[in-house]
Amino acid sequence: MTNLTELTLAEIRGGVAAGTFKAVEVAESFNAAVADAQAALNAFIVTTPEAALAAAAKVDADRAAGKPLGKMAGVPIGMKDLFATKGVQTTAASKILAGFKPEYESTVSQKLWDAGAGMLGKLNLDQFAMGSSNETSAFGNVISPWRRPGDTAPLAPGGSSGGSSAAIAARLCPAATGTDTGGSIRQPAAFTGISGIKPTYGRCSRWGVVAFASSLDQAGPMARTVTDCAIMLEAMAGFDPKDATSLDMPVPDWSAALSADLRGKKVGIPREYRLDGLSADVAKSWDDGIAWLKDAGAEVVDVSLPHSKYALPTYYIIAPAEASSNLARYDGVRYGLRDLPDGANLQDMYAATRAAGFGPEVKRRILIGTYVLSAGFYDAYYTQAQKVRTLIARDFEEAFKQCDVILAPTAPSAAFALGEKSADPLEMYLNDVFSVPASLAGLPAMSVPAGVDAQGLPLGLQIIGRPFDEQGVLNAGLAIEQRAAFSAKPEKWW
Amino acid sequence: MSNYRIQGATGEWEVVIGLEVHAQVTSNAKLFSGSATAFGAEPNSQVSLVDAAMPGMLPVPNMECIRQAVRTGIAINAQINKWSRFDRKNYFYADLPQGYQISQLYHPLVGEGSLTIEADEKAGIPEPKTIGIERIHVEQDAGKLMHDQHPTMSYVDLNRSGVALMEIVSRPDMASPAEAGAYLSKLRTILRYVGSCDGNMDQGSMRADVNVSVRRAGEALGTRTETKNVNSVRFVMAAIEHEANRQVDVLEAGGTIVQETRLFDPDTGSTRSMRSKEDAHDYRYFPDPDLLPLELTDAFVEECRASLPELPDAKRARYVDGLGLSAYNAAVLTAEVETARWFEALLSATAAAQSKGEADVAKQASNWLTSEFFGALNKAGKDLASSPISPEGAAELLALVGNGTISGSIAKAVLEKMLETGEGANAIVEREGLKQNSDTGAIEAVIADVLAKNTDKVEQYKGGKEALFGFFVGQTMKAMQGKANPGIVNELLKKALA
Repeated sequence: MTNLTELTLAEIRGGVAAGTFKAVEVAESFNAAVADAQAALNAFIVTTPEAALAAAAKVDADRAAGKPLGKMAGVPIGMKDLFATKGVQTTAASKILAGFKPEYESTVSQKLWDAGAGMLGKLNLDQFAMGSSNETSAFGNVISPWRRPGDTAPLAPGGSSGGSSAAIAARLCPAATGTDTGGSIRQPAAFTGISGIKPTYGRCSRWGVVAFASSLDQAGPMARTVTDCAIMLEAMAGFDPKDATSLDMPVPDWSAALSADLRGKKVGIPREYRLDGLSADVAKSWDDGIAWLKDAGAEVVDVSLPHSKYALPTYYIIAPAEASSNLARYDGVRYGLRDLPDGANLQDMYAATRAAGFGPEVKRRILIGTYVLSAGFYDAYYTQAQKVRTLIARDFEEAFKQCDVILAPTAPSAAFALGEKSADPLEMYLNDVFSVPASLAGLPAMSVPAGVDAQGLPLGLQIIGRPFDEQGVLNAGLAIEQRAAFSAKPEKWW
Repeated sequence: MSNYRIQGATGEWEVVIGLEVHAQVTSNAKLFSGSATAFGAEPNSQVSLVDAAMPGMLPVPNMECIRQAVRTGIAINAQINKWSRFDRKNYFYADLPQGYQISQLYHPLVGEGSLTIEADEKAGIPEPKTIGIERIHVEQDAGKLMHDQHPTMSYVDLNRSGVALMEIVSRPDMASPAEAGAYLSKLRTILRYVGSCDGNMDQGSMRADVNVSVRRAGEALGTRTETKNVNSVRFVMAAIEHEANRQVDVLEAGGTIVQETRLFDPDTGSTRSMRSKEDAHDYRYFPDPDLLPLELTDAFVEECRASLPELPDAKRARYVDGLGLSAYNAAVLTAEVETARWFEALLSATAAAQSKGEADVAKQASNWLTSEFFGALNKAGKDLASSPISPEGAAELLALVGNGTISGSIAKAVLEKMLETGEGANAIVEREGLKQNSDTGAIEAVIADVLAKNTDKVEQYKGGKEALFGFFVGQTMKAMQGKANPGIVNELLKKALA
């Protein structure tokens, strides 16, 4: 019998629909893989095998009854623990929400369940999605299934959606939700040799997703193939009247319209992304990508994104500013952790609760955000950052007059070892250098596996598209996927 | 120009006053969530996930609240900003679940407007005065702490959390407690006409932050203090009176005024310091990234404009110019929208009952309402809202007077009966035989009798003491139990005494 955990989302869905195997068999296989890997990889904060089985049983029953099946029917997935799941602990990987079980279901997760998906568990992440390595989780960091040859040093799965990326790469789930604020879908996808797309800001409802930076946060799918990402995004996206920033647009049938034929398309190569000291491996994979897209029929043009160099500082003002305010609700009054020292007044309770509940990186960003919004500094930092953000968005508008999609590396390097960058926050922040501009501009962007570096670790390429043009992004991604023929997978060591 | 001055030991001081009025928007649902907004509900029974700021919850603007604020803006002749934006005001408090209040600092919904307070000689307002209104913005209310539920802990009621408020910010254009009181009353009247706020100050749906400073005539503005959450017109006036005098005392003693937030104590009529500028929060305002800018279409604003009723100033002018009412009656009848509605219903019913135009019966109706009916209601411990007499019932009574069936004095007695029993005027007059006697023969006979019994007075009258005419009228009416038609009595008496 086929090893069900090796199948893609599309294959599982097809097999269940065709009756080749039962959804329950699929769920059982993945439940077993999850349980087997949990101690070593720590990809999940909670596992929910019974939820996966229940959803699968319903799909099997519906199929037997001849009822129509949803887009995700029979597909068990991992849910990033930033999405509120009714009755299932939702923590954002923070102690301050330890034990919190929402009485509501996020719009995106509900849409996935409605489409027939089942939940294997809640995936680990950087605390409040703040981080690029999963080292800020209060529940221990996720270990990448990848290792350098002949080396057992644990590697970062990327972040913040590191539980999602590790679980997919290790075949613990065929697909998972991610969220991307400054690269949190794309960078972990690149680090683990999988695909992930951050759609246009507003495509997926933010309702029920624990907020990090509201103007940047956007959910998206992560999976092993471009096709799987397209299918899952169709199930996740759609207008939600409960989110005032939600896009009121129909959801296209992206998977049906997928095409790797790029004749007549122009691919922009932003010259400012050729950073000094860009690693030779990353530079080579970028050149490979250019060649593949030409091979797919696209014309390659040079474009300029002159304000790119300001993207990181801009991002690290705006995102912490919003976070400092978004995280004010975790105060010990209504839910989650409450630390009430003897004789404490209200202020003491806030201080004790937040000191005990938030990790160091979260505190750092709250402090930065509070500082940049303070009287006397607001204009110099926040207002200035908003102006630069507008200029960055305008750079893209100008570039997209000359091209249809932009091709760039996803991250400046392959996965680093845990602990390698955590001592220096600035060095860690630099990991977002290629991913942050598209976030600031709200553009759809995806990472697809492009090959491996000299050490055999995966490298990703990033495609950035016009607003609402997920199709263009997915098509270019498919063209790369077909030519890169990425087949590397982590050796099972757990 | 107000002549209000504080007489200090060293001379006269002027007072400069600005008001920030928080008015709860009349709406079935909160500003950013679907929760209900009824007053006095069980604690925490009107709280949604959004109001409790659960993780991942998002605000969505309630356009009915926006509409009410726009209508209010139009009613004070203000600029409506078709592009506005919500900002977060960040601070920690147990009654503020989000850790920030969604408000509008940088781009308010409503810009510059004004309202006019009426002249009131007695109150030291010699002529009408226009008070500038800087802006109206909409924002969320906070919840409420309950300190009396537990010996050592405070409880939080979030029913009010997220309820829509309009903050209506005046210019520092008021110069006396009376002007501030008149401004607040007028604003309340307008809000109630518009229907955007019920104006119930005792339930907290309207409250004022009072900014006060003092200065010598002609000098620059002094340092101001802000007295928070004052919840009646009387208290606002008392707070200003106290605060202005306190400031003069401080300055004359060589001290300086500290810019600070103060609290008003209704029991003592005084204000006390709550926190100084140094302790003031840094609210870290920034645009709320959960909300897009609020963009209004011309059609939306026009619908708001078209939906407005006749406003108090226009109504008062029409009562004077169109209906011929006295300025006093017009002011009394338009001060409360319910009174005006009652009066207009009465007017319409009275005109119909007497087959006359409204202008022809306006004086009768307005005089009766202001001088007879309010007094009688008051005596019966009732008001218009609880009146057992409808405008149509009152019109029936007025018609009896208008067509001479009963006299004015009989009408008073009938009114009392109506209030007592709830019976109609016609029925009472019929049953009690109160119809006026217009039988000239009968009246002539009574007059002859009165004159015969008072020959001395007739002599005096004829000798030039014409004031005695009233005596003869009175005697005649008395002899006829008040039921004689006074017009006919007058006419026949004149003839008999000629």
